[in-house]
Amino acid sequence: MRCNRRALLYAGFFYAPLASADWQLNLIEGATEISRSVYSLHMVIFYICVAIAVVVFGVMFWSIFWHRKSRGAKAAHFHESTWIEILWTIIPVAILVSMAVPASTTLIQMYDKNNAELDIQITGYQWKWRYQYLDQDIDFFSNLTTPADQISNEAIKGDNYLLEVDRPMVIPAGKKVRFLITSNDVIHSWWVPALAVKKDAVPGFINEAWTLVDQPGIYRGQCAELCGKDHGFMPIVVEVKSAEDYQLWLQQQGALKLAQQQSAERDWSVEELMSRGEEVYKQSCLACHQAEGQGIPNVFPALAGSPLMNETVDEHIDVVLNGRSGTAMQAFAEQLSASDLAAVITYERGAWGNQGGAVSVQQIKEMLKE
Amino acid sequence: MGSVEHAVSETEQHGPAKGITRWLYTTNHKDIGTLYLLFSLLMFFVGGCMALTIRAELFQPGLQLIVPEFFNQMTTMHGLIMVFGAVMPAFVGLANWMIPMMVGAPDMALPRMNNWSFWILPFAFSMMLSTLFMAGGGPNFGWTFYAPLSTTYAPPSVTFFIFAVHMMGISSIMGAINVIATILNMRAPGMKLMDMPLFVWTWLITAFLLIAVMPVLAGVVTMMLMDIHFDTSFFNAAGGGDPVLFQHVFWFFGHPEVYIMILPAFGVVSEIIPTFARKRLFGYVSMVYATSSIAILSFIVWAHHMFTVGMPLAGELFFMFTTMLIAVPTGVKVFNWIATMFRGSMTFETPMLFALAFVVLFTIGGFSGLMLAIAPADFQYHDTYFVVAHFHYVLVPGSIFSIMAAAYYWLPKWTGHMYNETMGKLHFWLSFIGVNVTFFPMHFLGLAGMPRRIPDYALQFSDFNMVATFGAFLFGFSQLIFVYNLVCCIRSGEKATARVWEGSHGLEWTLPSPPPYHSFTEPPELDKNNTGQS
Amino acid sequence: MSQQQQPNRTLIIRLIAGAVLMFGFGFLLVPLYDVFCQVTGLNGKVLNTGPVQDVNADPQRRVRVQFIAVNNESMPWRFRPEQSQLTVYPGQMKQTAFIAMNPTSSTMIGQAVPSVAPSEAAEFLHKVNCFCFEQQPLDAGEQRAMPLVFVIDAALPEHIKTVTLSYTLFDITPDTGPVAAVTEEPERRNL
Repeated sequence: MRCNRRALLYAGFFYAPLASADWQLNLIEGATEISRSVYSLHMVIFYICVAIAVVVFGVMFWSIFWHRKSRGAKAAHFHESTWIEILWTIIPVAILVSMAVPASTTLIQMYDKNNAELDIQITGYQWKWRYQYLDQDIDFFSNLTTPADQISNEAIKGDNYLLEVDRPMVIPAGKKVRFLITSNDVIHSWWVPALAVKKDAVPGFINEAWTLVDQPGIYRGQCAELCGKDHGFMPIVVEVKSAEDYQLWLQQQGALKLAQQQSAERDWSVEELMSRGEEVYKQSCLACHQAEGQGIPNVFPALAGSPLMNETVDEHIDVVLNGRSGTAMQAFAEQLSASDLAAVITYERGAWGNQGGAVSVQQIKEMLKE
Repeated sequence: MGSVEHAVSETEQHGPAKGITRWLYTTNHKDIGTLYLLFSLLMFFVGGCMALTIRAELFQPGLQLIVPEFFNQMTTMHGLIMVFGAVMPAFVGLANWMIPMMVGAPDMALPRMNNWSFWILPFAFSMMLSTLFMAGGGPNFGWTFYAPLSTTYAPPSVTFFIFAVHMMGISSIMGAINVIATILNMRAPGMKLMDMPLFVWTWLITAFLLIAVMPVLAGVVTMMLMDIHFDTSFFNAAGGGDPVLFQHVFWFFGHPEVYIMILPAFGVVSEIIPTFARKRLFGYVSMVYATSSIAILSFIVWAHHMFTVGMPLAGELFFMFTTMLIAVPTGVKVFNWIATMFRGSMTFETPMLFALAFVVLFTIGGFSGLMLAIAPADFQYHDTYFVVAHFHYVLVPGSIFSIMAAAYYWLPKWTGHMYNETMGKLHFWLSFIGVNVTFFPMHFLGLAGMPRRIPDYALQFSDFNMVATFGAFLFGFSQLIFVYNLVCCIRSGEKATARVWEGSHGLEWTLPSPPPYHSFTEPPELDKNNTGQS
Repeated sequence: MSQQQQPNRTLIIRLIAGAVLMFGFGFLLVPLYDVFCQVTGLNGKVLNTGPVQDVNADPQRRVRVQFIAVNNESMPWRFRPEQSQLTVYPGQMKQTAFIAMNPTSSTMIGQAVPSVAPSEAAEFLHKVNCFCFEQQPLDAGEQRAMPLVFVIDAALPEHIKTVTLSYTLFDITPDTGPVAAVTEEPERRNL
């Protein structure tokens, strides 16, 4: 049965691209003034190149057609001409200058980062993005939500395959937003084509970029700098909202924070922790430690059967909260809420045959020393 | 007296040694040239298999064949092997075979070093390929190996990768020294620099580039090695270093490296087009100056690879303008080739077909390069498939096509047999179609927003990826025709004359086909017809 | 043949010397880059500890200084600025602090690396006293306010109205236990 289903799905994939046929040929105009001027710059250079190509290749194919031996062509004897050589040095220089002027104007425009109304700090992590709204106490991670079975071809791929996240960056329309981009580990690059913003996130250093989107909408992008195994799986989603909707969203964020605090206060049953833990595991741990906790030999340690998951509780919590120096294991204390931390640790200690026993939200809170 | 004369003539006339020792101990420029060319052909297929693995995985969205870790190792190794294993050794092989014959010398200036510089390579590449089987896998940080992904976050095998790069660097530097010494000291009496064929000229400039930048590459990998094992902090921000410094030093090497891979190709094409147009090369002098100015400019454009890294405005503008400037001498070269064809008397044998495809497709790669030079637009193109399309257009139908053209052009001279022209043409047309079907759609993918170096992609990129994969397999498998043609040509085939081509010009065609073991034991007489300006 | 060898030898020596020089030049690029960064302020690598110039103070002008705290990789400390931003006038000396807390059960050493955006403002931000000048050890559970005293130079270009000063905190605790673990268990190595 399963085999049949797989076969059917594979057949579907062959067809799928045709069904959603895009055949997009060109750059998009985008949603900002800058992206539109980049687009027109792109088109101008493209047309100039096409014009030069028509002339150059035209002469070439003219010669290939008319000056071939089989048509009885006799070779001429000229082999230099000072004036023509000077001419075809000067003309390209003139064309280049005419290209450089609009290019410089757009570039200078892009570098004007003043008068932003909102500052967002963007931090690249292997392999997710963190958005911190300065002065607003909003701080969250944005993870890929495409289910693993879609990636492994066991389910039909959704419309926004690999371009969907749990919590998108939300910005107001019509306001200048400044991005402060940095990284937690390796170099990433934050890129949203519709905004024409691409800036590297370099560990230890901060880069600036800005955007001003006029219309509400959802804009998607991806990490553009090779950053390790899951470089292809760290999308960016920017949701641009109208001023009112944005205010509403800000209020929701406050409520969300409150709910998180409350969920850390109440009592959680082991079953609740296990089921929540499975969700959190899929979101935050699966990429490295794999679906069955088996890890990747020589790269990421296995969790199934690990002594850490079965015996030493405090050390287990310590590694999850504070990470492990010198390895890819990140500190999750700031990434997850106390209840989520308790849930995922409980899950890891109870899944795949591990017999470590549950931990309570209280234990985590003590370790967090809140 | 008589016995002395006898001894001299024996040393001069001796043929190659027998068996494997001929190849191991050889100091003969033709034998070493052959070794280089065969080695690069082998590496071309190894790197090509990796490319096909990548394309097969990218045939459809979703992960089908390989896991992302291995995908990253494949992209890294494909790049390293094609750049350092296929393209560069192929050009050194051509230099070994042709430079002594073109300047009227008996052999290369430093034959023993020549032997050494080749035999380092098999060891370097065995070491590099062996990393794929090590714990944690091979290099997975891209051929540009940006820190800290290649230092703090690298697999343990990175040390072997560093030593392999060191060995390749030493080999290239020795090869370059040899080329310079041969060209400057071994020219036939009366041959001035401005009499040299353009292939020799472009290689002379390339050799100086190699000596200038390969040590910088050695330096940058040494710094990596020290960061990894000796706790220095060249590229580690925690100790006061800077990961962006890595990119500056790397591209200070990397950009001239790009020209190292294309200048000899310019030389090859400048030899072939006049032959088959039966007309002197147009603008010889401006060709030499254009090549030199490209080489000089290549040292001041490196940061155009780093427009998104966060440079000050003045830096972006400077590198944008200098990069645009490179279009001028490159344009001059293209115009000269076309002016050479204009009012010629052209025929279209396989080498000419490859050379013509070179002119057209390299120019397309040049246009996309010009677009990439525009910094604000580059923010959209950078690290997308548009860049992949660009550099494959200049490297595959650029460098690789020129190497193919050179191989077909000089094969009759090397082997003494004509290759099979029909098979050669078939090889050309399949390659030409394959290359364009593979790489042209990548422009569209990049503009639509597909980043480089990803093993899986969003659904809107499906169609063109599928097309590109078909093209890649067509291109890959049509190279087998070349191998078959090559084997046939070596073993048998119509006897080639000394001149081989009706319009051939230059000293190499005054020797019989195949040429004697030592090219010119007597300095040749120069006349109007066998210098570079002929 | 000996006539041939003489020019070859000098040429080879020159070329090898050239290659060796270029190898050295590769390393020379490191200090050159530092000098370049000092001049341009690129990457905020400016260590301005110079004297305070109150002479050119301009109390009418307002500059917003933002503070950002970033943790690198698995650095577990809680790290945040005391104030997320201050408004100062050029020439005014200001003190603020970054608060760090070590939640782990062992003593650790941190090193903060500064970065300034926009980079052209870096050379106008004088740090009179900064915790980034030294390594910062913290005992298990210890919390400390690490002081920062700075002045914005009056020569700051007019168009710059906001200066962002970020500190990335790196864990530079000498590896003892974990390193041994890494060598014993290669699977602990990250990708």
